[in-house]
Amino acid sequence: MSKNSNLKVFLNGFINENPTFVLILGMCPTLATTSSAINGLSMGLATTFVLLGSNVVISLLKNIIPDNVRIPAYVVVIATFVSVVEMSMQAYLPALYDSLGIFIPLIVVNCIVLGRAEAFAAKNSVFKSSLDGLGMGFGFSMALTMLGTIREVLGTGKAFGFTLFPDKYGMLIFVLAPGAFIALGYLIAIMNKFKKA
Amino acid sequence: MTYILIFISAVFVNNIVLSQFLGICPFLGVSKKIDTALGMSGAVAFVMTIATIFTYIIQKTVLEPFNIGFLQTITFILIIAALVQLVEIILKKVSPALYQALGVFLPLITTNCTILGVAILVVQKDLNLIESVVFAISTALGFGLALVLFAGIREQLSMMKLPKGMEGTPISLLTAGLLAMAFMGFAGIVK
Repeated sequence: MSKNSNLKVFLNGFINENPTFVLILGMCPTLATTSSAINGLSMGLATTFVLLGSNVVISLLKNIIPDNVRIPAYVVVIATFVSVVEMSMQAYLPALYDSLGIFIPLIVVNCIVLGRAEAFAAKNSVFKSSLDGLGMGFGFSMALTMLGTIREVLGTGKAFGFTLFPDKYGMLIFVLAPGAFIALGYLIAIMNKFKKA
Repeated sequence: MTYILIFISAVFVNNIVLSQFLGICPFLGVSKKIDTALGMSGAVAFVMTIATIFTYIIQKTVLEPFNIGFLQTITFILIIAALVQLVEIILKKVSPALYQALGVFLPLITTNCTILGVAILVVQKDLNLIESVVFAISTALGFGLALVLFAGIREQLSMMKLPKGMEGTPISLLTAGLLAMAFMGFAGIVK
């Protein structure tokens, strides 16, 4: 196990297998929580924490869990970490908890988390699984922050809450539901263009 | 009257896919043909109604009296996973025809966030049992409506020539964006 391959596992989630732009997984939180850059970033970080935790635990338990009941077992592990995030966020960041709302408990059914557990953590060592969890999580956070920033700038003229231009010139539609679909559609189209070139 | 309001609100105004962003994965995944879209919507409607009843009862009889609301997420997802498995086994025995039609979609439903989403929303909105059932059924109808409409558009789209980068997901997302814009026209019917 060279240093190089570890780096590769970590970087995989950013570009080659970016969960949002390439694998098209976890679309619900991607679209719903990116009405502003800060919301997107915090959703990404919450998911990263769950990914890291569940990948490590599942990788530790991979020889103990019987094959037949592995999916329910994974779901229980993931749900535990989600509850941890949910409760700590409610206690320390109540404003953020309110704005992300139902999408915090819904990290449980985010296909990225279960997907990585099944595809990576169940087959690899603890160290590699934790790298994979971090890489995927940061890739996801990056995508969410990008989308959030674009929508916030186009919609309200702000980025991370700082005013770039007066919000009467903003296109409100980008903060609302249709804008989410359209912005993400164009982002993926641009990614495809660069990948093929 | 309340029930009609819940119905209109869940199907049109707050459509689960196009304005609440739940269930995007199946929305993008199984909407290539109208047939599969109908099958998926049927399976979702079925499981969502049963799951909402069960999670509601557990919430009111176990989680709330014993003051263990923090176990909500973990309990609900386990109930849903077990329920999906159960429905699959029962359907196979009782109605093979229905099983044939819905079979492929059932395992996918566990990770469909609409089911867990509705179960949690019902608790958050503090609805009673009948209102919850109405809410679940109308949400499933709204999901079906969006899915079938979208599948219809995609069947047409598959014959179009598109720029290279736009093929596949990007054009689907743009279409969904336009559809969402159309559904915004319903805003204001119900508060």
